Amino acid sequence: MDAKLDLTYVNMMLQDYKQKRGALIPVLQKIQEYYAYIPEAAVDLIAEGLNIPASEVYGVITFYAQFYTHPRGKHLIRVCRGTACHVKGSKTILEIIKDKLSIKEGDTTEDLLFTLETVGCLGACALAPVIVIDGYYYDKVTAQKIDDILNRLSQGNELQSHT
Amino acid sequence: MEEKKIYLSINGKEVASAPSQTILEVARENKVFIPTLCDCQNLSPFGACRLCLVEVAGLPKLVPACSTPVAAGMKIRTDSEKIDQYRRLIVELLLSDHEPDCMFCEKAGDCLLQDLAYQYGLKNSRLKGERRAALIDDSNPFIERDNSKCILCGRCVRVCDEVQGVSAIGFIGRGFQTRIGTPFNRKLNCEFCGQCIASCPVGALTSKPARRKGRKWQTRWVKTICPYCGCGCNLTLHIKDNEIVGVHSDSSSPNEGYLCSKGRFGYEFVHHPDRLQFPLIRKGGQLVRAEWYEALRLVATKFQEIKSRHGNNTLAGLSSAKCTNEENYLFQKFVRAVLGTNNVDHCARL
Amino acid sequence: MKKINSREEFDQLKKELEMLYNQNKKRIIVCKGTGCTASGSVKVIEAFEQEIERAGLSDTVEIKRTGCHGFCEKGPIVAILPEDIFYQQVSVEDVPEIIERTIRKGDLIDKLLYQDPKTKQKYVYTHDVPFYAKQKRIIFHHNGLIDPTRIEDYLGFGGYEAFVKAIFEMTPEEVIDEVKKSGLRGRGGGGFLTGLKWEFCSKAKGKPKYLICNADEGDPGAFMDRSLLEGNPHLVLEGMLIAGYAIGAHRGYIYVRAEYPLAITNLKIAIAQGQELGILGQNILGTDFSFDVMIKEGAGAFVCGEETALMASIEGRRGMPRPRPPFPAVKGLWGKPSNINNVETFANVPFIITKGSQWYSEIGTEKSKGTKIFALAGKVNNTGLVEVPMGITLREIIFDIGGGPPKGRKFKAVQLGGPSGGCIPEEHLDVPIDYDSLISLGAIMGSGGMIVMDAANCMVDVARFFLEFIQNESCGKCIPCRIGTKRMLEIVTRITEGKGEEADLELLQELAEGIKATALCGLGQTAPNPVLSTLRYFADEYRAHILEKRCPAHCCIALIKFEVDVDLCKRCGLCKKVCPAGAVSWMPKTAASINKSLCIKCKTCIENCPAQAII
Repeated sequence: MDAKLDLTYVNMMLQDYKQKRGALIPVLQKIQEYYAYIPEAAVDLIAEGLNIPASEVYGVITFYAQFYTHPRGKHLIRVCRGTACHVKGSKTILEIIKDKLSIKEGDTTEDLLFTLETVGCLGACALAPVIVIDGYYYDKVTAQKIDDILNRLSQGNELQSHT
Repeated sequence: MEEKKIYLSINGKEVASAPSQTILEVARENKVFIPTLCDCQNLSPFGACRLCLVEVAGLPKLVPACSTPVAAGMKIRTDSEKIDQYRRLIVELLLSDHEPDCMFCEKAGDCLLQDLAYQYGLKNSRLKGERRAALIDDSNPFIERDNSKCILCGRCVRVCDEVQGVSAIGFIGRGFQTRIGTPFNRKLNCEFCGQCIASCPVGALTSKPARRKGRKWQTRWVKTICPYCGCGCNLTLHIKDNEIVGVHSDSSSPNEGYLCSKGRFGYEFVHHPDRLQFPLIRKGGQLVRAEWYEALRLVATKFQEIKSRHGNNTLAGLSSAKCTNEENYLFQKFVRAVLGTNNVDHCARL
Repeated sequence: MKKINSREEFDQLKKELEMLYNQNKKRIIVCKGTGCTASGSVKVIEAFEQEIERAGLSDTVEIKRTGCHGFCEKGPIVAILPEDIFYQQVSVEDVPEIIERTIRKGDLIDKLLYQDPKTKQKYVYTHDVPFYAKQKRIIFHHNGLIDPTRIEDYLGFGGYEAFVKAIFEMTPEEVIDEVKKSGLRGRGGGGFLTGLKWEFCSKAKGKPKYLICNADEGDPGAFMDRSLLEGNPHLVLEGMLIAGYAIGAHRGYIYVRAEYPLAITNLKIAIAQGQELGILGQNILGTDFSFDVMIKEGAGAFVCGEETALMASIEGRRGMPRPRPPFPAVKGLWGKPSNINNVETFANVPFIITKGSQWYSEIGTEKSKGTKIFALAGKVNNTGLVEVPMGITLREIIFDIGGGPPKGRKFKAVQLGGPSGGCIPEEHLDVPIDYDSLISLGAIMGSGGMIVMDAANCMVDVARFFLEFIQNESCGKCIPCRIGTKRMLEIVTRITEGKGEEADLELLQELAEGIKATALCGLGQTAPNPVLSTLRYFADEYRAHILEKRCPAHCCIALIKFEVDVDLCKRCGLCKKVCPAGAVSWMPKTAASINKSLCIKCKTCIENCPAQAII
């Protein structure tokens, strides 16, 4: 658990919801919006603040696809590891990204900017190798292209519709 | 006030019932067997196992007996061929996602799923496929949970919430991978009443102190009263080779089968090697084994000395909640009549 | 807007607004639904604004940003009123030309007109375009006319008239009676009589009562509710107000998927406008009826479309269905009598009240009244949302409105009702559509997803797709759904991989029937339908996979040999060109061949081969 995590927002928001019925899901949505995930420490605060057992809070979090219990980056990078992309060098692409971001697949960078995931096959084999960032498809990715994209995103620039 | 009776029929036989009863309750009263897994005494109906589905004339779909109230004139069938076939399929489905280790399971012989497999003659399930991985939680000294045997009937979750009011555990995740556990897989941190173990119909929740000590049906049962406090909960001790190896409480008892952690797990002291089994007298700073007559004579002499030198009221008696009522009666009688003082009390003033 | 406090004030405001909208003003209507926004309609609107300003036409030409017109495939869509000229796939570059030629001079721009891909005929007016010609757009009528973010637009086109009529001229019982007589049935899938449902709730003991609008549209391929909420939120609110009055509820909830941000935004605007105007809130229009609406955002669980799961979710719990009885009408949200209808159902209500049950019940078939909106998609020329009268045939929808499968491919089946529905083959396309006829064909009306499939779609694979969907979305509570659909998915997957056995078909059938009869909620009870219907109509395809280890549609990868049939090969070399792995060797005028050690089975060659020569 991250000891440095500032939970002021959780406490503040719980004040608004304390007396309201059916508050759990809206509260979780707000917390996730703020922190980009539901921190473990927040779960105990929610449980206490809304007078709901922590087991139930956790049950709700894990039931709905919208909620995450681990921090996720602002940008989600998915590298296709389907066969076509593999043949076209997606493993190297993945290694380059891992190296550049210093994370493993499934992890998130410390600055919470990027989450790296791999996917089976995106069905865009003719465009291989493919990566998808925040829903935008990047085709025929090269090391140079990745450098450009990551630099652009690191500088806070938004993505443009690409292909 | 007695509710007005209504009449309905189950499997062609007319029966009477109160209007507020469920089909399952009326069937049980009339000795009609309907299999169930998620139904549990005192707990709200859950409707998850689907084994109690019955036919009601005029309704297009099967209805769960556990949650459907009876109505006057209802014609219920619990034993049609179709229903039997569906129940068999449900049991087969359960077996296809259940660790089949009845050979070693603590619950063998006392397991509702095993009973159903036996009843339907399901040796091999035709349905093979992925099973949930065993995720065993034995992070505490009392309760072990094995999710690969869990049938997700929710009895443990409901008893923890509805009866014990603790809600230490809950459903986690959804779909095929749903399981039961604590938030973030933390160590179980509860009252350890073990109500969850008692409510589990299969071998997913077992008592760690009772493990490998003999299955329930291999033991001799002795009904007694819990010695720990004045509540007087009924206990059934499981005895094997003259040793207590487990405890359960009958659901028909005044405590409705519920116990606390002491009643359910705290029986080890009975056979503990440190337990005093003969009197000891301190001689020259050492405790030395003595005979009963010797010890009693010493105590009586000392009492008399104190009484004559300092008066009766310098003595007081404190008795134990672990003693029976009869023992406590005798104790206070002794203090009042023999020691001659009213200074008498008890450790469990509840 | 100023708050209105009486019927007189309402009538006065209405009269003013109606006059405003009846002026014969030029209007440029630009669709701002999700589909057209994705194809760039926002930039088109901006271009129109600048261009009109530049041309000095601001006083005579008005731009309207409307909700979805349904013909999403051809977006961005622009319509020009009062003529009703229909322009499709309009880009920013086209805007000056439209202003110059169409607005100023009244000329048509040929390249922007819709052309029928088969007959090559071009159409000028919206109502002539084949996609619209056979539709009966009642619920959707205003979607293409009004700006959903302006309550004035809705009022100007007769909005809230039905609600005002209901609270001033009818008793709650009369409202229920009118809806009962109309024959309106729930549009969310079940098809239960709406008026009867209202009656149960209105007669139930207990207070307060709650009204819930189910906008958790989750079926893959269905988006009519989204379109209604985005394009005409006041219509849904009006339906809810009438229902609230009828059953005696003062609080309504709209449970919307979080995946529908535009719908949520437009609803919030509509609710705020309603409150400001006094159409929502305390003592509406000076009466003693009070009603307010809250939005609840879903959190990503398909099963929450089931009413008891939906209520659990509003209460902040896991969305797990519970057994009924007790029915929501008796014990619903927070244990109080509650009534749940879906978006499209509520949208029907104002029309029933304004035009009468008699008028309404003349549309449709004996047991299914009114119109139904379908989301037409898949292998069909015109995809989009279509509103048709009940009783129309599937053939009319797919071939007349939808234009049939593209590139002259052969129609194979239509999937109706999403994961709860089934596939209907060619021979049943002439059956008039209603709730009951679809059930007897092994499908369901469902929420109205309609996916057309051609010869390249494998029916076993379709069944597998829906089972996978259901498995991902099963709440895990009851055994038949949790484990049963998992086992079905495993069996069907084995079949698509060529590992199926003959006994599997019988086992599938047994599982499907068992799950249908025993699952706890509608999701589980209908989950086997895609398998049952494909087994019923396409058993041959299953057998080909099992016995011959062959996928007739050339779809299941494990069963494709990835070899070139020399007799069929046209020697065009396209396969070599498209192969991403360099596995195809081909020389002009010779048949291609595939090097299996390089082939990655991506199927790009199969999709591109004009002769279906790759087997």
